[in-house]
Amino acid sequence: MIPGLKIGTKEEKVKRFYLNRRQKTLLTIVVATIILLSVVVGGAMLDQERIATNLNERNLPPSLKHLFGTDWLGRDMFTRTIMGLSLSMGVGLIGAIGSTSIALVLGMVSATMGKMADRLITWLIDLFLSVPHLVTLILIAFTLGGGFKGIVIGLMLTHWPSLARVIRAEVMQIRSAEYVQISQQMGKSSWWIAVHHIFPHLIPQLLIGFMLMFPHVILHEAAVTFLGLGLSPHEPAIGIILSESMKYLSSGMWWLAFFPGLCLLIIVRTFETIGENFRMLIDPTRANEK
Amino acid sequence: MSILVVENLSISFNQYTESLKQKNVNVISSLNVTLEEGEILAVVGASGSGKSLLAHAILGILPNNANISGTISYDGEILTAARQASLRGTEIALIPQSVNYLDPLMRVGNQVRNSVKVGDAVAAQRKVFERLRLKSGVENMYPFQLSGGMARRTLLSTAIVSGAKVIIADEPTPGLDPVVIKEALENFREFADNGCAVMLITHDIESALTIADKIAVFYAGTTVEIAPVENFNGDGEALRHPYSKALWRALPQNEFIPIPGSQPRPNNLPSGCLFAPRCPIATLECELAQPEMRELRNGRVRCIHAT
Amino acid sequence: MQLEAKNIGFRYGDGPWLFQGVNFTVKPGEIVGLTAPSGRGKTTFCRILAGYEKPLEGSITIEGLPVPTRGFHPVQLIFQHPEKAVNPRWKMEKVLSEGEKPDPELLDLLGIEQEWLTRWPNELSGGELQRFCVARALGSNPHFLIADEMTTMLDAITQAQIWYAVLEIAKKRKMGIIIVSHEEKLMQRLCHRVVELKSF
Repeated sequence: MIPGLKIGTKEEKVKRFYLNRRQKTLLTIVVATIILLSVVVGGAMLDQERIATNLNERNLPPSLKHLFGTDWLGRDMFTRTIMGLSLSMGVGLIGAIGSTSIALVLGMVSATMGKMADRLITWLIDLFLSVPHLVTLILIAFTLGGGFKGIVIGLMLTHWPSLARVIRAEVMQIRSAEYVQISQQMGKSSWWIAVHHIFPHLIPQLLIGFMLMFPHVILHEAAVTFLGLGLSPHEPAIGIILSESMKYLSSGMWWLAFFPGLCLLIIVRTFETIGENFRMLIDPTRANEK
Repeated sequence: MSILVVENLSISFNQYTESLKQKNVNVISSLNVTLEEGEILAVVGASGSGKSLLAHAILGILPNNANISGTISYDGEILTAARQASLRGTEIALIPQSVNYLDPLMRVGNQVRNSVKVGDAVAAQRKVFERLRLKSGVENMYPFQLSGGMARRTLLSTAIVSGAKVIIADEPTPGLDPVVIKEALENFREFADNGCAVMLITHDIESALTIADKIAVFYAGTTVEIAPVENFNGDGEALRHPYSKALWRALPQNEFIPIPGSQPRPNNLPSGCLFAPRCPIATLECELAQPEMRELRNGRVRCIHAT
Repeated sequence: MQLEAKNIGFRYGDGPWLFQGVNFTVKPGEIVGLTAPSGRGKTTFCRILAGYEKPLEGSITIEGLPVPTRGFHPVQLIFQHPEKAVNPRWKMEKVLSEGEKPDPELLDLLGIEQEWLTRWPNELSGGELQRFCVARALGSNPHFLIADEMTTMLDAITQAQIWYAVLEIAKKRKMGIIIVSHEEKLMQRLCHRVVELKSF
């Protein structure tokens, strides 16, 4: 954006409700935390009774009693959605933490442990990036026999490459920075430099990488589960709900897929927004932008 | 004739001062500069005095957290954002600080031809290369094959073939050896002699003196003095502002004596004259208000005590 | 405590020799200017003297002994761009403490204000940052200081301020200084002698 020249010296001061980027980010974080907590707590607190089969209340559209309606077995869709989200986020969290750790270790090793290690890891990164996530994920999950364990390990093993590449580049860049070279001539050990110079630079990258990875992991979990290769059908995952609902969409029961899908979308978008905002805020050239 | 007139330009940035609050920080305050056709104006001052920001403001390439007031007019008409965008690269050209601005994957001849707006691009490029004594083989080279001086001349020829009437050169000299500097500066002189206006932004007074017609001295985001180049002579008694005098005396070829203190930070500017806290002749009056720019002895100065 | 470089040769990879057979000595308290046309490896030579690169040929000795490869290097180099020489995520206080903590007298001499210590690097100007770089290098008492275009990016007043401080310290400590600068007049003003870097 090119700012226009304001003609004249009179300063225009338009007072209106306006939040700067940091305030907006903080607000999104607070909102996201509330959503997260209520979903997790809600998932644990909600009455299992409500998802018991109740053939008297089948296929009801949304109402005050059943906010998201009920399904073909009379189960309350609101309860199912919350439970599904709770499960999805748990899977997403474990997957994203695992993937971030893998990225950190491989990125660091690749940047510091010499040429052979670097070549091997770069090759691995390229290999994983050249195949779509979903395909490798399905392969790994399938090989491990599906289910909770298969999908979690699959998620961990597939989402690290781009972050590992970022970390590798970051470490290499800092290692060759003048201030690190000076530090060496000041007599500091490699370990001291790693702890004081390099690692602090990686924290924001890791945080952002994690934040942006999390929604991806959730979406991929839902996608694989939707395809029937992930979590087993008796678990109330969002992917399961969505895939089951597809059959009933044509009979006009839109609420079965609409609400769970919307909730998933909101959560994914919230995390993406936080990640993007963080990225803008730590970029020194853009940190002060509106 | 004045081709570019900057009047009362102020620029402020929205910056985070505390963890969650953004504040407006003034980086340039009521700055005045005029660029004449056929003339080289050198803008000198310490880093952080707002030299480069002035260039960015003229070209309209400030980041979007900048707020601008005051007027910039080009050729008698006020510059709007839209007009800036259309003049940029056609009538007003920037010679950037770094030779990294050349496209590394494109032969330099082609890069220069891209800037030609009217007529035969190839002929124009060859002509300008000849004028700048770049050998004919150079047009087929890639930027990495050029020496620092050649790269700089390539950047200059890009500006020349664009037919720009105003060239703004941002710190063109650091890191080059004296021969190349001299050559680059001579190119600017030649350019001005052909009727264009050049703004040479630099902190290197010495090289500015060799080619400039006028020198504008910047301090803490404003112009403190605009003086003809002849005034920078002897022990600086012809200069008007105490800061220009101090700057002149601090040069190694002169007395090499520094005045104490440092330039105030934008978020902590003094209320009156910006130079008052370091000024040897400051009085109470200086702290009351920032002095206006006034005419004095064929130049302009922002100091109430200047004679 | 004489710094002596004997028969130094260096090249990058299999490239052409930047220089070979370079001899160079600096005595304590001596201020020596180093010149060469651009691209002849002045900066590389400085980096070799300060231990940033290993010479492929020849040796660097201080008082006849090889320079220790571990610990604080007795020859400290000040770079041209102070912005790159400090960690952007460290407050200035921490930047300073990377060497030994400089005494207040040194900070005062360099014109470093107490209030600057709590700031981030991007809140200080180039001149202010360069003072910190000098203070950091001088804090641990090096025997020699190399100023590779140390004040090229600074205005005349700041340049004179920094050089005054450095010269005073050098005199007091009998520290040798090697100056690389394209500004002839600055070299004339500061150096006891000026040598040209060339291969023999």
